Amino acid sequence: MITLNINGFEVEIKEGSTIYQAASSIGVKIPTLCHDERLKPHGSCRICVVEVEGARSLVASCSTPASNGMVVHTESESVITARREILDLMLANHPLDCLTCEKAGRCTLQDLCYQYDIEESSFDGKKKKYEKDTSNEFYYADQTKCILCGKCVYVCSQVQNTDAICFVDRGFETHVGTPFDLGLAKSTCVSCGNCVAACPVGALMPKRKEKFRYWEIDKVKTTCSYCGVGCQMELLVKDNKVVEVEPVKGHSNDGMLCVKGRFSYDFINHSSRLKKPMVRKNGVLEEVSWDEAYDVIANKITEVKESDGADAITGFSSARALTEENYLMTKLMRAVIGTNNIDHCARL
Amino acid sequence: MKSIAELEAIRKRAQEGVKLRSEKGGVRVVVGMATCGIAAGARPVMMAFVEEINKRELKNVVITQTGCIGACRLEPMVEVYQGEEKITYVKLTAEDARKIVAEHLVNGRVVKECTIGAYEK
Amino acid sequence: MDLYRSHVLVCGGTGCASSESGRIIDNFNELLIEHGLDKEVKIVKTGCFGLCEAGPVVVVYPEGAFYSMIKVSDVPTIVEEHLLKGRIVTDLLYKDHTTSETMNSIDEVGFYKKQRRVALRNCGVINPESIEEYIAFDGYQALGNVLTEMSPNQVIDIVKRSGLRGRGGGGFPTGTKWEFTQKAVGDLKYVACNADEGDPGAFMDRSVLEGDPHAIVEAMAIAGYAVGASKGFVYVRAEYPIAVKRLQIAIDQAKENGLLGEDIFGTGFNFDMEIRLGAGAFVCGEETALIASIEGKRGMPRVRPPFPAVKGIFDKPTLLNNVETFANIPQIILKGAEWFASIGTEKSKGTKVFALAGKINNTGLLEIPMGTTLREAIYDVGGGIPNGKAFKAVQTGGPSGGCIPAEYLDTPIDYDNLIALGSMMGSGGMIVLDEDNCMVDVARFFLDFTEEESCGKCTPCREGTKRMHELLDKIVDGKGTMDDVAKLETLAKTIKGASLCGLGQTAPNPVLSTLKYFRHEYEAHVLDHKCPAGVCSALLQYLVVPDLCKKCGICAAKCPVNCISGVKGKEVYLIDQDKCIKCGACMDACPFKAIKKG
Repeated sequence: MITLNINGFEVEIKEGSTIYQAASSIGVKIPTLCHDERLKPHGSCRICVVEVEGARSLVASCSTPASNGMVVHTESESVITARREILDLMLANHPLDCLTCEKAGRCTLQDLCYQYDIEESSFDGKKKKYEKDTSNEFYYADQTKCILCGKCVYVCSQVQNTDAICFVDRGFETHVGTPFDLGLAKSTCVSCGNCVAACPVGALMPKRKEKFRYWEIDKVKTTCSYCGVGCQMELLVKDNKVVEVEPVKGHSNDGMLCVKGRFSYDFINHSSRLKKPMVRKNGVLEEVSWDEAYDVIANKITEVKESDGADAITGFSSARALTEENYLMTKLMRAVIGTNNIDHCARL
Repeated sequence: MKSIAELEAIRKRAQEGVKLRSEKGGVRVVVGMATCGIAAGARPVMMAFVEEINKRELKNVVITQTGCIGACRLEPMVEVYQGEEKITYVKLTAEDARKIVAEHLVNGRVVKECTIGAYEK
Repeated sequence: MDLYRSHVLVCGGTGCASSESGRIIDNFNELLIEHGLDKEVKIVKTGCFGLCEAGPVVVVYPEGAFYSMIKVSDVPTIVEEHLLKGRIVTDLLYKDHTTSETMNSIDEVGFYKKQRRVALRNCGVINPESIEEYIAFDGYQALGNVLTEMSPNQVIDIVKRSGLRGRGGGGFPTGTKWEFTQKAVGDLKYVACNADEGDPGAFMDRSVLEGDPHAIVEAMAIAGYAVGASKGFVYVRAEYPIAVKRLQIAIDQAKENGLLGEDIFGTGFNFDMEIRLGAGAFVCGEETALIASIEGKRGMPRVRPPFPAVKGIFDKPTLLNNVETFANIPQIILKGAEWFASIGTEKSKGTKVFALAGKINNTGLLEIPMGTTLREAIYDVGGGIPNGKAFKAVQTGGPSGGCIPAEYLDTPIDYDNLIALGSMMGSGGMIVLDEDNCMVDVARFFLDFTEEESCGKCTPCREGTKRMHELLDKIVDGKGTMDDVAKLETLAKTIKGASLCGLGQTAPNPVLSTLKYFRHEYEAHVLDHKCPAGVCSALLQYLVVPDLCKKCGICAAKCPVNCISGVKGKEVYLIDQDKCIKCGACMDACPFKAIKKG
């Protein structure tokens, strides 16, 4: 354990921790655009710079190890000046279209500009302009809005291990792209959307089916029902309708989702979604009560078992059901019906 | 390479090939190589000097050429400079050249019979 | 071995090679055969002699005759006169700029007199493609001594005591770096050589690789032994084809002779090395970006710590030194730490190679002891400023360095002095600027470079260099305000303080140093709308002086945009300032000096 001083407070923390982690441990919030605990510290955005007494220059708190006896100031005048200047630089190369930007309301750049009173950039030079890449089915990439924090690239390579995107070109021309800039559809992208979740601005956004603002929605935390991993996620609900899904850091998913959990939520509000039991009567499916449905099932099973034996019956359960439900299904098939013909769709 | 001795052997051999570039001062053997000298057979004389000096691994000796010294009748002429001293040899053959290397350059004894003084007498 | 009476050394460095030294060599060889001299005279293609201004350079031994600016057509004269008849061709000898004296021997040339060649000792002396010649000049002896007589700790101790500091620019003590790498824990370790020389106009490393590649092979093997590595990488840019070729030949020859590979000198020490070609990104000279590039990744710097000594190539402890640093190692081992430490200043030992360029007579490569003053380097070795112009500043350290004005000319060159002046040693670029250089324009030139070469990773460097460049553009266009100058300065300081790697942290130096020493030039551009040096075309006007105009009309005829009007023989000519593109053709053409720039 080492001890350092942050903004006048003594902090004790495990050796090898960064200044950012030390500050977080006592509730001192340092702004950042590129930091993500899942990634190797890369120190790209430089918003998290802090002043360390005795250091040659400001240091990036996200990637500088805390050391014993260090004296850190996270909101000193030179720190604020540098942050304002960096935000000024970012804004100089960023469209000021917050009124129509879909990210508005949960854009970190917007939040930081608010926090540090940056209304507009003091520079009036060239701004980058790229075509939107809309070739992916589920999300789009708008490099014009990208602040090159690098999170999408590193999430894709270090966490998702797909390596579909990388930085292209150098200097002011740097942008995130796919090999030979052929577009996302022609890349190795698996549409997991984990880059989208990492993006602090509006450069990577899910393709929306309807318009909503982030301040209009309610969040419902749930477990993804597609497979047995148990990924945690939040449904963003507007007017009782799911309009987007976001990953939540859970034990099994660490803030990640796959393409299904992330983007395949249409069925929830779909008009042909099966919500009540149906029984075919005279060639037509008719909605019936649960009691009637159970009767039909029980009668059919009894009938088959009597005429052809229990092994003529097989049970097939779902990975999307809970473990307890699958346990009960096994019991039903083996103990009640008397067959070992039971399988499960864990390969969904 | 498995030993320092091997490196040393290569070095010794290789130094012979480059000593021209590092040696300063010492003895200069200047061969007259104008048309008159060449016509009188200066080239084989010079080659004899080159071969003999290298064979004997002499250090600090360089061979250079010069133009017409003016006494064309005495060609092939060679001047050997050593410090302030200059010895002029005349009417040389390749054989004489070898002798000059052995006697003058190695043992420090001027080959009197080949000098301009001896000839002019 | 064939024996020769004369050696003709022809520079095969990149500079002379681009002035047809290859054809000169071919021509020599043909003519030697023709005259039957091929058994007596040997043609040796060497590395760079350093005095590139005088290239192509040919030196004939044993006389040491120093022929300069040789053309293919001069070769028959040299062969027939000098080689055949022994008459030195005086007309072709090098002439000193300052004294106009003809120099008979290379030893007399002023350019070389104040130099002390340690890293460049074999450049222009040996045939770099011959391991025998390298061995003849004590090559591989240091490696032999190290492997057979010294422990790794003793080697590190010598390097530490020598006081050698990194020649790539940072100036970190080399021995300490070796020690860190040696002490780092790892099942595998690497030695890497940074030959990604990227400063515009700098070619120190290229010349060492072209002129003495075996020195790098030997030094890396020594380093490998000292730190416990058995594999080396040389990261060299693909734009250096001659250097790459010669280094590969050197590696192959060393392998053939068992000086690389397994059980070197029968000591059980194994060391192998390979070349990795860079695609010419300036940022790959930054050590962590270079390592990423060697690993096959995009060349982008990463945060340090961990330093390469702990986690380098493929996350293994890696010793990374620059070419020139390595080039000093065999000499330090052979001649001792004390010998090396006796050269130079208290904190900067040894010599430093500089690439001298710009407004200087002796453009080329020079190696001088640390502590030599800027004045000595520029005037005594460099031969001063051409055409009697006045010295204005010297830019050291390339795009990461700064401009040092005349009042500091007597500063002894060392790492710390240059940093104190707001510049830096860098890898050794030295660009001399005279009264005709506009300092704002110079700053803009370097920003143009760093803006493009920024890797794009961190915000201050990527966005900031662009904005600095734009502000400088505005100022040279005469549209700048004093607010812009203030903004430029604040921005420069932010970039310096907040960037991720050395590139960004030093990119503002050209701006900051010119603001410090030449603020009046910025002010002249902004307040008076004048470029004092007459460089910035937007602030220039070409005017016909009526009293001097002889009404000849030559100016009007030369003007590419037809903006000069007048009547021949009758009327003084007049330049239409709205149409003028400021090319200066009229001024050059006027026989009566009747057009002035202002």
